[in-house]
Amino acid sequence: MDTIASTSHRTGPVAESILVGVAAVIAFGVIPLAGSDYLMDAVLTPFLALALAAVGLNVLTGYAGQVSLGSAAFFAVGAYAAYNLHLRVPELPLLLDLVLAGFVAAAIGIVFGLPSLRLRGFYPAVSTLAAQFFVQWALTKFGWFSNDNPSGVIDAPALSFAGYSFTSAAGRYLFSLAVVTVATILTLRLLQSQTGRNFIAVRDHEIAAKVIGVPLLQTKLLAFGVSSFLIGVAGVLWAFAYLRTVEPAGFNLDRSFQILFIIIIGGLASLRGAFLGAAFIVVFPLMLSRLGAALLGGVFDSGVLEMSQRIVIGALIIAFLITEPRGLIALWDRFRAAIGRRTGRPRQDISYN
Amino acid sequence: MTTLRHLKFALGLVAALAMAGAPGARADEQFFPLQSYRVGPYAAGGTGFFGGFIDYLNLINIRDGGVNGVKLTWDEGETQYEVERGVEVYERLKNRPGVAAWNPLSVGIAYAMIDRITKDKVPLITVNHGRTDSTDGRVFPYVFPLLLNPYSETSGIVNYIASREGGVDKLKDKKIVVLYHGSPYGKETIPIYKLLADKYHFSVEQIEVPHPGNEQQSQWLSIRRAKPDYVVLRGWGVMNPVALKTAQKVGFPADHIIGNVWSNSEEDVIPAGDAAKGYIAITTQASGAEYPVLQEVIKTVYGAGKGNLDDKKRIGSVYHNLGIVNGILNVEAIRIAQAKFGKRTLTGDEVRWGFEHLQLDPARVEALGAKGLFHSINVTWDNHEGDGRVTFQQWDRAKWKVVSDWIAPDWASLRPIIEKSAAVYAQEHGIKPRTSGDDPVSQ
Repeated sequence: MDTIASTSHRTGPVAESILVGVAAVIAFGVIPLAGSDYLMDAVLTPFLALALAAVGLNVLTGYAGQVSLGSAAFFAVGAYAAYNLHLRVPELPLLLDLVLAGFVAAAIGIVFGLPSLRLRGFYPAVSTLAAQFFVQWALTKFGWFSNDNPSGVIDAPALSFAGYSFTSAAGRYLFSLAVVTVATILTLRLLQSQTGRNFIAVRDHEIAAKVIGVPLLQTKLLAFGVSSFLIGVAGVLWAFAYLRTVEPAGFNLDRSFQILFIIIIGGLASLRGAFLGAAFIVVFPLMLSRLGAALLGGVFDSGVLEMSQRIVIGALIIAFLITEPRGLIALWDRFRAAIGRRTGRPRQDISYN
Repeated sequence: MTTLRHLKFALGLVAALAMAGAPGARADEQFFPLQSYRVGPYAAGGTGFFGGFIDYLNLINIRDGGVNGVKLTWDEGETQYEVERGVEVYERLKNRPGVAAWNPLSVGIAYAMIDRITKDKVPLITVNHGRTDSTDGRVFPYVFPLLLNPYSETSGIVNYIASREGGVDKLKDKKIVVLYHGSPYGKETIPIYKLLADKYHFSVEQIEVPHPGNEQQSQWLSIRRAKPDYVVLRGWGVMNPVALKTAQKVGFPADHIIGNVWSNSEEDVIPAGDAAKGYIAITTQASGAEYPVLQEVIKTVYGAGKGNLDDKKRIGSVYHNLGIVNGILNVEAIRIAQAKFGKRTLTGDEVRWGFEHLQLDPARVEALGAKGLFHSINVTWDNHEGDGRVTFQQWDRAKWKVVSDWIAPDWASLRPIIEKSAAVYAQEHGIKPRTSGDDPVSQ
C-alpha cells in the first residue's frame, strides 16, 4: 500500500516501454486518422478531461490522504479563469491561458486547503465542500466572471496554438491528449520524488511524518495546490475542447462526486487507475447506452433503457468493489499477473501507479 | 470478470464505430434527432414536451402519410437535462441522413450547440426559451427562439398587469416584486424589469430564491413588508409550489401572483394544493384537449395505440400542448421549404429557409386545427422569434382556464437591446451580420 515505484522497476523495462509505445502510437497516430468524429468528440475528449481531473484528485486524496468534495469547484475555476484570461488579455497564447488558469485554480485550492492543517480524516471534506458551494455561488452572483452575459453562460473560443487552430474533432482530441499526457508525466515525476514520498508519509501517519521531519504545512498545501492545478487544467479542456460552452450549473456537487467515484473505482493512489476509472464512468455508460439502444431501442423508450443502464452500472460497481476493493487497477494487475504465470514469466508484484 | 468486461467494452466500441458511420440515405424521409429527458429531475417536462412533439409527428405520418409524402422519422437520446449528455447525443445523431432541426428544450444544451449547428448548417429550435439575442437572425442564422424569448415574456407579463389595472398609464406608482430563481436563467430578466419599470414608472423589487428554493419563508416575509400589488414568480421546479404555499401562509392572494413560462405547468401547481387556486401564469399555448388538432391526435394516434404519453390524462396538459405546437411549427417550416425546394428530403439549410419564412396567420392556424391553442407566428430572416402572442391562464384547482386575450409584448422597445447583445456576440465570434434574407449564410 505504500509504494509508488513505477511499474517499470518491476516488469521488464523493455516490455513496459513497448506497451507504452504501442499505446502512444494508437492514441496519437491511429485514432486521429481512423476514428470517427463521434469517437473523438463525444467519447475520448470528455474521457481525457475527466481522467486528468481524476489524476489531480488522486494526488490529493489517493496520495496525500485528504478527502476532497470540491473538485467541481476547481474544475469551474479553471474553465472560467481561462475564459477571462482569453477575453481580457487577448495577447496571451491559449496554452499560456491554460497554464495560468491552472495556477488560479491552484491558488483557490490552497486557500480552501488551509483548514486541512487543523482538520483530519474526513473533516477536510467539509472545507472543500465549502469551496464547492462558494465557487458556484460566486460565479452565478458576479456577472463579471461571465462577461455580464445575461444568461450567465459563456462561449469558449476556438482552440489555437502557435498559429494552428484545432477546430476539427481530431484537432481538439489531439490537443487534449497532448495536454493530458504532459500533465500526467509531470505528475508521475513529482510523485516519484521526495515530495511524492512526503505526500504518502502524511497520508499514512501524520504524526510519524512530522517526527521524521516532513514539513506538514508545506506538504499539505502543495498537495492541494498540485491537485487543484491539474483539476483546473482539466476544467479548461472540458470547457474549451469538449463542451465549448460553460454554465456554472454544470459544475455542481454531482460533478465532484463523479470525479471522486472515478478514483475510488479506478483505484486510489494510482495514476493508471484514474484513467481506468474515467473509462468506466465516462465511456462505459455510453457504450452500454449505444448497445442497449441498438438491441432494444425499438422495444423500450429511452427512459426505460436509461434506468436499466443505471441498474447495470450500479451492480457492476458493487461487483467490482467486492472483488477488488482497491479498484479496477488492482483487478487489472492481478489479471496481468495471472497471464504472466500462465506464460511462465515470473510473477509480478502488484504496483500502484 | 475482467475479461468479460473487456470483451463487452470491445463489443460496445465496435458497435459504436459501426453505428457512427451513417447508413445510406433512404429517399423521402426527414429526420428529427430528439435530445429528450425522460429520466431525472425534469422528466415531467421532458415526457410531456417530447411526447406531444412525437404525437404530432405521428399524426402527420398516419393521417397525411408525411409532409407531401415525405415521412417524418425520429430517434431519441436521453440527456437527463445534462449538457454533456446533450452534446453526446448531438454528436451521435448529427450524421443521420435528412436531419431537419434540433429541439433540445434546454437552455444549457442549446448554448452548447450554437457553434456546432452553425457549422453543420442545421436549425436549432428553442421554442419559448433559449438565448434571447438569437432572436436577431442577422447574427444567428440557424437559431430560432420561436414564439417567445425571455425578454418578450417579461414585457408580456407587464402588459398583462397593465391590462388588469386598466392601461399602461395605470401602472404608475404600482409596486411589483419579482421572485426569481437564483440561477443564470432566473437573473436573465433583471435588467428588463428595471427598464420597463423606468418606462412605465412603477417600482420593482427583485428578490432571489437560492436553488432549489424549498425554503422561502424570509423572502415572503420581505414581500409582505413590501406590500406589492403583484408578485411575478420566475421559478423553476420545486420552487414554484413552495412559493404558492408560502404565499398562502403569509396571506398574499394567489390571483396576484403571475407565473412565467417555467412556472406555468400542472406539475408546478398540483403539489401546492389549495394554495394554487386562483394563481395565474403566462403561456404561449393554451392547455386543454378541446382543440381540433388535439382531438385528431387522440383519435388517430392514441386510437391506433401509438400515443407517446403513458398517462392519457396528460393529453392537453401545458407541456404536452407545447410539444404539439412545436410539432406544428417544425412541420409547417418543412412544408414551406418544400414549396420552394421541392417535395423531397431537405437539407438543414433548406429547412432553415423554411423557418425564416414560417408565417402562420390566425386563419392558417385555424386551418391546422389549432385555433385558440396558439395565436400566430411571423418569422422573418432577421426576426427569429416571430412575434408570438401570449395569453394568461388561471388555475382553478383542477385545470387551467384562459383568462386574457392574446397579448402582444412590446417588441419595439426590446429589439435595440437584443441587437446590441447580438452585435457583441458577432464581434466576439468574428461573424459578419447578414444584410438581407437572400444573403448566403457563410461562416
